[in-house]
Amino acid sequence: MLLDGLARLGRSGIGAAERLGRAHLLLGAMLMGAGEVLRRPRLLSAQLYNIGVLSLLIIGVSGLFVGMVLGLQGYITLVQFGAAESLGVVVAAALVRELGPVVTALLVAGRAGSALTAEIGLMKATEQLSGLEMMAVDPVRRILTPRFLGGIIAMPLLAAIFSAVGVLGGYFVGVGLLGVDAGAFWSQMQAKVDFQDDILNGVIKSVAFGVVVTWIALFQGYDTVPTSEGVSRSTTRSVVHAALAVLGLDFVLTALMYGD
Amino acid sequence: MGRQRGTEILVGLFMAAGFVALFFLAMQVSNLSAGASTEGYRLTARFSNVGSLKVRAPVTMAGVRIGRVESVSFDKDSYEAVVTLRIDPSVDSIPDDTFANIFTAGLLGEQYVGLEPGGSPDHLRDGDTIAYTQAALVLEQMIGQFLFNRAGGD
Repeated sequence: MLLDGLARLGRSGIGAAERLGRAHLLLGAMLMGAGEVLRRPRLLSAQLYNIGVLSLLIIGVSGLFVGMVLGLQGYITLVQFGAAESLGVVVAAALVRELGPVVTALLVAGRAGSALTAEIGLMKATEQLSGLEMMAVDPVRRILTPRFLGGIIAMPLLAAIFSAVGVLGGYFVGVGLLGVDAGAFWSQMQAKVDFQDDILNGVIKSVAFGVVVTWIALFQGYDTVPTSEGVSRSTTRSVVHAALAVLGLDFVLTALMYGD
Repeated sequence: MGRQRGTEILVGLFMAAGFVALFFLAMQVSNLSAGASTEGYRLTARFSNVGSLKVRAPVTMAGVRIGRVESVSFDKDSYEAVVTLRIDPSVDSIPDDTFANIFTAGLLGEQYVGLEPGGSPDHLRDGDTIAYTQAALVLEQMIGQFLFNRAGGD
């Protein structure tokens, strides 16, 4: 009885280690094919369309509302201290440092990551990946690498759009509806938000999230059990793992960037 | 072929929108446009105490920003703080007996350098040193002195 339990624990541990190893082998294989994909930009542009263009609507709308909520909440708190002019700083710093990269990564994991996992998983279940291999086409380089690079390129651009739209949303609520002075809103923001510390670090964060989210999504699809149930489980796991990884990694990156 | 072209145009639009957003963040939201200016001329001022004056803090005259603090360093021979100010080139008529103070914006606000013009007909030039300075007021010291005076008065 006890030995059975121990064996089960050991089996799951070995399984996890094996999956981790396969994930890293896949990452290596995808990176090896990167040069080839960059020479065939058609493959890349199709994936940028899938991951980037099709996510624009949800990113834009979410960014607008997150910025508007920040403007409203920030105003309610700041006005008690007579510091309503600092609203611009609050909105911009929160968006550029944290909310932009993180919320974008979570949305992309849900919108595009799940789709990638399902697509790759179904390709495996219907043996299209094996078919490619039969024709001496490497499915990792032909199918996975373009999606991987597309995700890495699209993520920081989407995060920048999210933050920019969010700042405009905060401006609309703070200046347009609540009557904060427009000049103070922008000048305080420009005085306190640093290009290198805030904006570049935000871009670095979102590139890291792009790697993690697409890597998890592609690996879950590539490693799926090739049945309809397996694909559905992989899709769920892809979103859950990506969300957890993004939030955990965000803490680590924040500690590295701002902790000193 | 037409569909492929449509995709490429949309991807191009997406990437352009992303770069425009980044540019907007860099220029409008951050201090890149305001802080990176290397225009203007330099003045130095020596203070016995700069409090918590930071690089890029505003330099004002009559409450209007006319420059920024470029660097704050320590002179180990005279035990003074050496503050380099970068003044906008349009403000080229600061008298050479100008008084430099370190003020605080509000009770809890940021510290900044305030210049009070003197009456001299000669103007400060690039590289000159402001002779008259007033150190930052440290709140704890003031409270301490106030309490000390009250105790002594009784």
